Amino acid sequence: MTKLWSWLALAVGLIYFFLPLIGMTEFSLKMRRGEYSFDAYRAVLEDPRFQQTFSYSVFMALLTIVFGVLLVVPTAYWVRLKLPRIRPYIEFITLLPLVIPPIVIVFGYIRLYNTSSWLPLTGTAMGTNLLLMFGYATLSLPYMYRAVDTGLRSIDVGTLTEAAQSLGAGWVTILARVILPNVLVAVLSGAFLTFAIVIGEFVLAALLNRPAFGPYLQLMGANRAYEPAALAVIAFAITWACMGLIQLITRFSKHTKAAR
Amino acid sequence: MAFLDIEHLEKSYGTTKVVKDFNLAVDKGEFVSFLGPSGCGKTTTLRMVAGFETPSQGAIHIDGKDMLRLRPNQRNIGMVFQAYALFPNLTVAQNVAFGLKVAGTDKGVIAERVAEMLETIGLPELGNRYPFQLSGGQQQRVALARALAVRPQVLLLDEPLSALDAKIRVSLRGEIRAIQQKLGITTIYVTHDQEEALSMSDRIVVMHQGIADQVGTPFEIYNRPTTRFVANFVGTLTLLEAQVLDPATGRVSIGGVEATLGRRLPKGAVTLAVRPEMVSLGSAPGRETEVTGRIVDVDFLGSVIRLRAQIGQSVLAFDTFNNSHANPPKVGSEVTLSLAARDLLLIGD
Repeated sequence: MTKLWSWLALAVGLIYFFLPLIGMTEFSLKMRRGEYSFDAYRAVLEDPRFQQTFSYSVFMALLTIVFGVLLVVPTAYWVRLKLPRIRPYIEFITLLPLVIPPIVIVFGYIRLYNTSSWLPLTGTAMGTNLLLMFGYATLSLPYMYRAVDTGLRSIDVGTLTEAAQSLGAGWVTILARVILPNVLVAVLSGAFLTFAIVIGEFVLAALLNRPAFGPYLQLMGANRAYEPAALAVIAFAITWACMGLIQLITRFSKHTKAAR
Repeated sequence: MAFLDIEHLEKSYGTTKVVKDFNLAVDKGEFVSFLGPSGCGKTTTLRMVAGFETPSQGAIHIDGKDMLRLRPNQRNIGMVFQAYALFPNLTVAQNVAFGLKVAGTDKGVIAERVAEMLETIGLPELGNRYPFQLSGGQQQRVALARALAVRPQVLLLDEPLSALDAKIRVSLRGEIRAIQQKLGITTIYVTHDQEEALSMSDRIVVMHQGIADQVGTPFEIYNRPTTRFVANFVGTLTLLEAQVLDPATGRVSIGGVEATLGRRLPKGAVTLAVRPEMVSLGSAPGRETEVTGRIVDVDFLGSVIRLRAQIGQSVLAFDTFNNSHANPPKVGSEVTLSLAARDLLLIGD
């Protein structure tokens, strides 16, 4: 009897999750009257604005990942190694983006870095791009920090550091050759999550007026019928591909085999 | 000046002093063990030599060079850890080559040195394995090779065998000592295992509550402990409270039994000690002092049987070899024990 309820709960969950997806996918294939076709996908992929906004967002995502890794890995490493007592405070700070809405962050940015401020980042496209990247890094901070911190927890940071030091390594060598390679799977998990967040992000990009994929999705949704559904399916596919890659990398990472 | 000189070294955490006025001079090529229970300050002292802890006071010189001015990565000191600390992302060969790569050594030289080191530790065929594919003993041998590959001026080992099982521990301690002697490297070895320290070391520093209680060769430490702590910690000793009757000849009364130690003793009450192997069951040539007692405990340890007999107020432990044709005395039986008075040790505080 308990089993029956378990299966029933699972079925309801699966229907709740997959039914809208199936409906949306089916709708995206119905652009041609009376038959299924990939016309909506073709229209989207041939749209130069799609290519521009998508490549812009991919570029910004990569930039955010590089910045995030450079910021989070040394910070999390140092906190674990030298300042374990402040770890709860750092964790709290990294969780703030989950409770502070992006609209608050972006209005803060605009107020602080507008053209009449002491650092007028919004005055140029390059400056605004930089601001957008910082915003993306802030939004992805909870995921990146948590992933890296979990990775660091799985290795003996202190002893590995001391072993490397006794062999003549300095801090940069230790981070680059010992710590980073050993938390690479965790860093990649954080990186893929960051990628998925940046690709679909709307508020920061729209209010900073940057040609990102999120605002393009919204624009299409407001003006077209079938293309937004196709875009949503594409966005889902990208996110799932990211998740799949995290799994693959974890599975094929040689030196972590023993831990699994 | 000795090769490694530690002078008046102290370490405090807040108001707690964990190492107190520690002094030690180690000659080049010497193998010195720090022996003591947990929390006695032996690892802290080792870590100060390595540079991982900053002393509150004192000086450390290696080959005349002040180590406290140098960071850990500038000291050229090899270290082997209890937890192996092999880099999980690197193969055995890459682990051994790590220090050489950091130093910018030529690739050809690195390959040669790695092969030589793997040969030294007896694992020449395992260069391509990852640490997780090795047993604990193999991992610790690789850690030793990695520490030695950079030709350090001093090698530090922090309880390197504690995580291994008994049989591997015994074989590996022989290997470590052989490699150390072959390379002639100055070594400090931290352990709480007295058998390890006694079997491997040129000298032992017995540490207790942050102080070096006694420094001496294994023979001296075992046979002539100078403090009550060393006597109790190293090997098994029976402590006997005695009254000195004649300080000049060393005649004492131990619970009514008189013995002459043949050396000058202080006046009044003294604490004497005797090792179990220095006491014989029954009469024995050269062991002139005889006492009678009642067996209170029998421990069968395999080749040796350890017995305890009540003698007056004291319980005296003694050993006999196992004999498959004769049963050991039973608990409650009366026995005569003999010992040589010269084997009685005078214990200080």
